[in-house]
Amino acid sequence: MSEIDTKEVAEETRAMAFGVPATEVRSQQVLHPAKEELAELAATLKAEGYGQCVDLCAVDYLTNPDRQGLPASITPERFEVVAVFITHGGAVAPHRIRARVQVPEDDLALPSITDIYPGTENMEREIYDMFGIAFQGHPDLTRILMPDEWQGHPLRRDYAVGQVPVQFKGAPS
Amino acid sequence: MTAVQIPPAAERVFRRDPASPVLRDLEAGPSREGTMIVNMGPQHPSTHGVLRLLLELDGEAVVRSKPVIGYLHTGMEKTGETLTYLQGSTNVTRMDYAAPLFNELVFSLATEELLGMEIPPRATWIRMLLCELNRMSSHLLFQATNGMDIGAVSMMLYGWREREEVLRLLEEITGLRMNHNYIRPGGVAADLPDGWEEAVLRVCDLVEPRLEEYDVLLTSQPIWRERLQGVGVISAEECLALGVTGPILRSTGYAWDLRSNMPYLAYEDVDFDVLVGSFGDCFDRYAIRLNEIRESMRIVRQIVERMPRGDYRTQDKKVTPPPRARIDESMEALIHHFKIFTEGFKVPEGEAYAAVESPRGELGCYLVSDGSSKPMRLHIRAPSFVNLQALPYMMEGALVADAVAIISSVDPIMGEVDR
Repeated sequence: MSEIDTKEVAEETRAMAFGVPATEVRSQQVLHPAKEELAELAATLKAEGYGQCVDLCAVDYLTNPDRQGLPASITPERFEVVAVFITHGGAVAPHRIRARVQVPEDDLALPSITDIYPGTENMEREIYDMFGIAFQGHPDLTRILMPDEWQGHPLRRDYAVGQVPVQFKGAPS
Repeated sequence: MTAVQIPPAAERVFRRDPASPVLRDLEAGPSREGTMIVNMGPQHPSTHGVLRLLLELDGEAVVRSKPVIGYLHTGMEKTGETLTYLQGSTNVTRMDYAAPLFNELVFSLATEELLGMEIPPRATWIRMLLCELNRMSSHLLFQATNGMDIGAVSMMLYGWREREEVLRLLEEITGLRMNHNYIRPGGVAADLPDGWEEAVLRVCDLVEPRLEEYDVLLTSQPIWRERLQGVGVISAEECLALGVTGPILRSTGYAWDLRSNMPYLAYEDVDFDVLVGSFGDCFDRYAIRLNEIRESMRIVRQIVERMPRGDYRTQDKKVTPPPRARIDESMEALIHHFKIFTEGFKVPEGEAYAAVESPRGELGCYLVSDGSSKPMRLHIRAPSFVNLQALPYMMEGALVADAVAIISSVDPIMGEVDR
């Protein structure tokens, strides 16, 4: 891609969709709501015919803070919550739409969307378990995969792999 | 035994407010006089591995229930961050161990999207062939375990017998019965072996009449119908709200199959039907899975006829190692081979979500790359993980004996739920 083309693409990505900044990645629309706007955006999307929130996950960008792909108006933060919505057709062809929400390290809380998409209940619990991001208004925000008494959040980038020593039976201690 | 009266699905859309904290206090104690809370699992034989259920029982009826998961959690998403893209498929293939090829496929599709790579048509068709064979083996496994859960113990042997035939074929093609690591970013690991057409058709010809036997043994049998019809009813609205996909969503009459509605690979070029039920009960889910085996065989037969010639993996040297013969004669080829398998190939920075229709529903992979040779984040959207949320809705008011049938009809694979 030539330099001029890149600029044109950059201009184009200042677009808005559903009231929030939007970009296009490989012909898939990506929305960038603020974390307070996520619940409102989810309600809008549901009303617009996006019947399912198929996926909700989080990403820890600790090791890669200056990432590409965000519009200029969005400040990159350490954590990102990514939601994937799907429309099953109707007026438009079936497609997915993605929302990337920036979550700063010093305020790990955002409103739950379980009242709009009840199917995100498990996924929000998983994010809470793995990243320590709390969803306000979630009916049962507890650890889901790790034991209840577990310390730390395993999928964070500063959580080492293999931190727990395993004691084998009969091995000399 | 008097049958539990289940109102038609339309009248019971969210009888329980999903946002209400009903399930939260299940561990705290019974909600009313005379009920009892029991633990089912995690080592109960009919919970498909290590699913644990908290059941609040009023006599023999389930008042409330809650799945408790995590017993098989091994941190596979974390492990995925420590493996290169080439090693990645060995990791993801162990998630849904009944349908490993789908995991490899979705991981490869996400990687290829980040790489911006087109794969040769033969590789696409080989992937499609393998996935449909795997769908057959996965649904045959369901027939076996579903039969056993409900008490048709001989079905366990029959289902296993047919699944074994398909697994033997997969072994012939990929080298392994499970955890194949066959579908890799850039194509597939090896070309199909000589005589694969005959082997594939032989298995199809063998399984087809056996499915007729299943119909005689189960579908048309009054006891079987009595156990499944009207049990575990769920509506399309509930399924959509709960994010449920796959045969459970289709059993409610909602025709949604990614292969047909959002085609990937070459599913546009083959003929098959999306099967839907009408009542959203356990019987519909059983019947859909049984007939999806037939649809898969229909696709497989078309693939055998129309398999294109050409490369089975991309010729992009960044991703594909040189052929084995070149390594003996060229130092550069040896270095190239060594570098690909030790350092791996670099994937451009970015994020991508790919999804396929696994035997259990939408299997998604969200991949984030920071430009290195290992993913910065590998997230698998496991259909069983999401589908399990429908259990409390299906089970409300059911008998304990039906609870077993309902768990079975969700067909959860705990390796994928807990990852």
